[in-house]
Amino acid sequence: MTPTLATPPLPTSSPAEKLSLAAVAAGVLALVLALADADAARQQTWLYLALGLVSAGTLAWSWLKFGQKPAGVHQNNLWLRASTGRGAVAWVTGLVLTGFYVVLYWYSGDDGRGNFGPLNNLVHGLDDFSQWLRARPADQWFLYGTFYTLAILLMGTRALWKYRHSRYQLIRTGSVMFFQLGFAFIIPGLLQFFQQPEFYFTYFWPLKYEYLFPGTVTGLVHNGGVGMFMVFWGAVMSFLATPVLTYFYGKRWYCSWVCGCGGLAETAGDPYRQLSDKSRAAWRWEVRLIYPILGLIIAITVLLWANFALNSTLLGEAGNVGAKWYGFAIGAVFSGVIGVGFYPILGSRVWCRFGCPMAAYLGLLQKHFSRFRISTNGGQCISCGNCSNVCEMGIDVKQYAQRGAPIVRASCVGCGLCSTACPRGVLNLENGPREGRYQSSQLIHADSLRILS
Amino acid sequence: MRLVIIGNGITGVTCAVAVRRLNPEARITLVSAESAHHYSRTALMYVYMGHLRPQDIKPYEDWFWAENRLELVHASATLLNTEEQLLVLDNGTTLAYDQLLLATGSASKLYGWPGQHLAGVQGLYNLPDLQAMTRDTHGISRGVVVGGGLIGVELAEMLHSRGIETLVLVREARYWAGVLPPEEAQLVDRQFQENHVTVRYRTELREILGDTQGRVRAVVTTAGEEIACQWVGLATGVAPNLGLALTSNVETDRGILVDEYLRTNVPNVFAAGDCAQFRRPASGEVPIEQLWYTGRMQGETVAHTICGHPTPYRRGVWFNSAKFFNLEYQTYGQAPAGPTPGLTSFYWEHPSARGALRIYFRSEAPHAVVGFNAMGLRLRQAVCEHWIQQATAVATVMAQLGKANFDPEFFPQHENTIVKAFNQQFPQQPVVLKHRKGLFNFTKR
Ligand SMILES: Cc1cc2nc3c(=O)[nH]c(=O)nc-3n(C[C@H](O)[C@H](O)[C@H](O)COP(=O)(O)OP(=O)(O)OC[C@H]3O[C@@H](n4cnc5c(N)ncnc54)[C@H](O)[C@@H]3O)c2cc1C
Ligand code: SF4
Repeated sequence: MTPTLATPPLPTSSPAEKLSLAAVAAGVLALVLALADADAARQQTWLYLALGLVSAGTLAWSWLKFGQKPAGVHQNNLWLRASTGRGAVAWVTGLVLTGFYVVLYWYSGDDGRGNFGPLNNLVHGLDDFSQWLRARPADQWFLYGTFYTLAILLMGTRALWKYRHSRYQLIRTGSVMFFQLGFAFIIPGLLQFFQQPEFYFTYFWPLKYEYLFPGTVTGLVHNGGVGMFMVFWGAVMSFLATPVLTYFYGKRWYCSWVCGCGGLAETAGDPYRQLSDKSRAAWRWEVRLIYPILGLIIAITVLLWANFALNSTLLGEAGNVGAKWYGFAIGAVFSGVIGVGFYPILGSRVWCRFGCPMAAYLGLLQKHFSRFRISTNGGQCISCGNCSNVCEMGIDVKQYAQRGAPIVRASCVGCGLCSTACPRGVLNLENGPREGRYQSSQLIHADSLRILS
Repeated sequence: MRLVIIGNGITGVTCAVAVRRLNPEARITLVSAESAHHYSRTALMYVYMGHLRPQDIKPYEDWFWAENRLELVHASATLLNTEEQLLVLDNGTTLAYDQLLLATGSASKLYGWPGQHLAGVQGLYNLPDLQAMTRDTHGISRGVVVGGGLIGVELAEMLHSRGIETLVLVREARYWAGVLPPEEAQLVDRQFQENHVTVRYRTELREILGDTQGRVRAVVTTAGEEIACQWVGLATGVAPNLGLALTSNVETDRGILVDEYLRTNVPNVFAAGDCAQFRRPASGEVPIEQLWYTGRMQGETVAHTICGHPTPYRRGVWFNSAKFFNLEYQTYGQAPAGPTPGLTSFYWEHPSARGALRIYFRSEAPHAVVGFNAMGLRLRQAVCEHWIQQATAVATVMAQLGKANFDPEFFPQHENTIVKAFNQQFPQQPVVLKHRKGLFNFTKR
């Protein structure tokens, strides 16, 4: 098929929309000036000007684009715009993001004299803020955390306007914004302010693998009461709360309501959700990658503890070396450079789908020990494909819906966008009893053909 | 068995898939002129609007066909010889069959308006239509849509997505007057207004005017008004595509005539979907069903008959759904547009004019429920169907209303206000709400 359809002239932006985009562009320019300027005071001014302009521009643009239109599904020209349809703008954005991650991870460590490489001016621009929040000067991770949180808040606001017709989306978006700002930014900062270990209560092993490594655990335990609580919290969340919550609500309680990686994907990544690959081939890669990665981090953790118990002699340095390589390949390259850098090309959940061991763990629980499923409404599906299109996890949702089958998939993060986007009201996220969870609608006679796997 | 299916729309494909399931040995060939692979006709609008790419509206990935041994022939069948059980294709080949299914779908229905063949005047049914529309609406400032049905509103939404000023001509006094009661039509009209689409009710097309290059430049309405425009969409219905059937001795009327087993007058030749016309439709049902859903059900049914288990077509409780700009619509059962002897209806509308529920029931006790219209609310099909089949009393349905709620979690739940409204309108049947949906969805029925 694939008829050749000429790309039409897209509706031109209104003067107000152009102005808001110009503010964002000016903000980016100010950021470049902050990087280039040699004067410390001016660097800070440029940086704050940049953040102000980008914020104001993004908010104004979102309000004009979504807040001003009737509430509903807004997908017009999604695949036709260069920015969201893998056009030139997308490639440039991808390159800039990827470049940022490479510099952040490998070229902006403190050289011992307070110099943070190419990002130095930006890091020091945040010193005052960091002193105020954390009682210590900024470093490259504080810069990253600030940008990251700001991205979630700004693009989260955009999502609130865009999806305001759906209360599920409103509450869920509010939730990721809350957890990022409170639990992944302010609380870790305050902990440092009060001379406590920096700790993220919303990240658990095996995603935040080092939290259950012997080194971290012993370090925290030595810290005293607060540290003990952190170890306790981490263990309870990983091994007790995760299975229980997943049993009742599916993996979504974490992946699309709490997690910071998910939070970024749901907000800043929202314009790119349609880019995920829906093919069966991509699904096979998902299975090939994500479970071995989970196995790997379990093996490394076990090895480290074995070493610890046996006083590090028997197994030598294997555990430490493994952890180091894992940190490089999975923690940095996969989750950061590819995971976020490639948003505009591969979609917003590449890391969550192909790499995250926490997602693998939650997924196994969701598939086999959960009440969660997406129900389909009888025979109402028209196979239009809108649900598959918006699935950031690359699930070909319509394969199930058009057969009247419920969707029970390990990868589903329960963002609910398929249900929001379906023009026929076919899909609904439900936590029903486990019996009959796989039962198809009697209104379509599900064919037993090998459609999947 | 060698089964040949003409048409790879939902009807033909559902039949092919079902026959493969019932008969793993069958040799199955799908012939279609329009596209190499099955695609979802209902999603054409989303491709135009840029929500989806053309490859995104294929219900199955390309490997599906070979893996399930469904042979695809991308060609047009030009001649059917039922004596020799042979088809002639436009690529010069012939195809023999043991069983033949005609699932040739529809074609846009035109009413012979002067100027209807001008460039920039078209219906929307197939991929060439989509291509033409994409080309001919490129950069234009105003389009006119003729027809107040489902395709009419789709065309309006499509033009609107490109920022093209849109005007819709509707013959009746309200939108989709044959199907929607005035209140529901009013809600749809609100959608047109909110999206700045002008609708002229009680207005028909008289003539389309062209310029010197043979392109449309204006339409003239029956009121004599001339409206300048650069594109005209004709959404005045579709008619069965009889092209191939007419080359043979297969009996046709408006559609290809079939019995309740979807058999034509010729042995081993079946017809189903948009192109089929029942000789004796069941009471209250139409002879030609032109829906995605009915195509799927007919395709499934005829597969059983083809595989040697004659199965009459029983559509079951009627259902349909659509979306008008941002307003979703679902209907179940018998839901007439106007007053019907023996039927009463209860109507509730949300003050925002973005939600409404109508329940039809028998006027005489015990007031069995016969149908539903939902606007901006999602109802659970299985529950509505069960109530209708069981002739459940309206009081019971009202008390259990939450069971049918299919809205997502955290959505406002209107059962309480709906029941209150019902008690006001029908004080003789007081109802106490027993089943709300609750915060989370539990599928228990
Ligand atoms: C824009 C649009 C939106 C719609 N939306 C909805 C909706 O929301 N809900 C709903 O229920 N219904 C909807 N419909 C109606 C629905 O799409 C049709 O009822 C359904 O597609 C009919 O399926 P079919 O398989 O019977 O025929 P078709 O889908 O028309 O398939 C027939 C195929 O056969 C091919 N063919 C015909 N003759 C020959 C020949 N001689 N040789 C080779 N090939 C041939 C044709 O090219 C065509 O591809 C919509 C229709 C349109 C046009
Ligand atoms: S479930 Fe809804 S969105 Fe998905 S294909 Fe079916 S009708 Fe379209």
